[in-house]
Amino acid sequence: MVNLISRACGKISPLSIKEYKNNGGFKGLEKALFNMTPKEVIDEVTKSSLRGRGGAAFPTGLKWKFVAMEEKDEKYIICNADEGEPGTFKDKILLDGCPFQVIEGMIIGAYAIGATKGYIYIRGEYPKSKEILVKALNILREEGILGNNIIGQNFSFDIEVRSGAGAYVCGEETALIESIEGNPGRSRFKPPYPPNKGLWGKPTLVNNVETLANIPIIMELGADEYKNYGTDSSAGTKLISVSGSVVNKGVYEIEFGTSLKEIIYDVCGGIEENKKIKFVQLGGSSGACLPEELLDTKLDFDELSKLNIGLGSGAILVVDDSICIPDFVKNTTKFFDHESCGKCTPCREGNRHIIKILNKFTEGEATERDLELIKEISNVMKEASLCGLGQAAPTALITTIKYFKEEYEDHINGSCEVGKCKMKKGVAANA
Amino acid sequence: MIGKDKLIETLINVQKNSKGHYISEDKLEEISKELGVSLSKVHGVASFYSMLSTKERGEYVVQICNSGPCYIQGANNIATIFEEELGIKMGEVTEDKKFSLEFTSCIGACDIAPAVKINNEVYGGLNKEKIRELVEMLRKEGN
Ligand SMILES: Cc1cc2nc3c(=O)[nH]c(=O)nc-3n(C[C@H](O)[C@H](O)[C@H](O)COP(=O)(O)O)c2cc1C
Ligand code: FES
Repeated sequence: MVNLISRACGKISPLSIKEYKNNGGFKGLEKALFNMTPKEVIDEVTKSSLRGRGGAAFPTGLKWKFVAMEEKDEKYIICNADEGEPGTFKDKILLDGCPFQVIEGMIIGAYAIGATKGYIYIRGEYPKSKEILVKALNILREEGILGNNIIGQNFSFDIEVRSGAGAYVCGEETALIESIEGNPGRSRFKPPYPPNKGLWGKPTLVNNVETLANIPIIMELGADEYKNYGTDSSAGTKLISVSGSVVNKGVYEIEFGTSLKEIIYDVCGGIEENKKIKFVQLGGSSGACLPEELLDTKLDFDELSKLNIGLGSGAILVVDDSICIPDFVKNTTKFFDHESCGKCTPCREGNRHIIKILNKFTEGEATERDLELIKEISNVMKEASLCGLGQAAPTALITTIKYFKEEYEDHINGSCEVGKCKMKKGVAANA
Repeated sequence: MIGKDKLIETLINVQKNSKGHYISEDKLEEISKELGVSLSKVHGVASFYSMLSTKERGEYVVQICNSGPCYIQGANNIATIFEEELGIKMGEVTEDKKFSLEFTSCIGACDIAPAVKINNEVYGGLNKEKIRELVEMLRKEGN
């Protein structure tokens, strides 16, 4: 465990400017605004190798450059605080524990790309965090750190907070933009991408809360020192949200390069008594399910991409052997079915049909043909859905078919090892 | 444009101030006029977002999380216990309009799963006993 990005969380009183400053607060902002040109700021972020922490792991410096290159008077920066990925609760720790750090990252970003207005889009399920943010912004305005001529410099920028209203898809950046504009949050066709045409059709930078919280630290330490954390291919640290059958659940900051095994056993105190680990779902409900044999896998972008999986939001759900795989995947798919915005056919229809077929599995009526069918549907969804929601929805299904095929076969043959499913074919549970 | 982009925020506020945590037909019309947004658009937005309701709910809206981490910790059991304690099914409102029951997607309390959100408060580590106490407390609190 490390204390880099989360160093102030829990240690300072969240709305005390003085305590934030005593913990290194606004050093990064001062360095950027007093001594660096916007281009130099972007170069430093690029050099740090920071990649987005919202799920897609896109290189942050490059994204900033795209927006900076757009020659428009009006540009926007949006902090994505929608945090809807099931199993993820790490942005909340930053928002509640050190809101100034996230906002400082936004101000530096705005300076770098030339934005005059920012939005923090926070999920409706976090009303208390929203109140803290509104207070934090007011304090910064009074202190001259937000608004006109920030810290006495020729740079003006302000931020507004907007609420989501319970829609997972609004975490997707174009759906989020639709939602800020007052529409139902349905993903847009891409291109154009937000850096070219985003909010109100203007160039827009969307970054995750944690990504933005990294910025002041990178500015303060410099890219070289920042890169001392993590691995060659994955610089820095990651906030992980651990839930499920581990002893100590919660949010932890770890360096890239830490293995799942180390996280579960060293950081989280191992598996709860009398339970046996079955699989780990990495990256939330849209993430891959990995069997115990793969727990030596390190959290590292290169290593994960070799396995053809992503880190996602950094959620880690540890699942024990009392859970039935087809039943678990059915629950996951129900989530996506409920959250699908309905705009594209593969996602709208795919989830529905997968649930129908998985019902046959959990009722003992599935056949080999059904297994083939869900594989086909998954592929269509992955390849042809409009946005990341539909593309990632079948990930749990695809990876469990890969690593736990025998459990699907067992259900076809009328038995559920866990005894969760009532098999209509008449073979007793645990048979 | 000014009107339209305040629509969601307005709907949230109207709902917050209504005892039954919902936006009535009258209110929808009022908002439509006030913001200069067509009524169908207001309806469209109100029905798209899960947190917004156009149906009257309870004074206490009990939202049971059934996403992955809560599901594996027995969210369905939690739902059944609430149904028994309140004498209603998921999606219903108690006769005295004090409680309503619904499912929600992850509320970011996965470390204390199984979790529920009741109005603005989150409660975790639930079991039958805790749910009884909770319902008892809320029955006394609101009247
Ligand atoms: C269905 C869906 C939900 C998403 N939810 C979130 C979210 O809650 N928070 C977030 O930061 N990014 C989320 N993303 C990723 C965003 O689209 C976007 O990539 C991200 O905000 C960019 O910020 P970053 O580069 O700093 O990671 C989601 C993507 C999809 C497809
Ligand atoms: S899954 Fe229930 S709170 Fe996250």
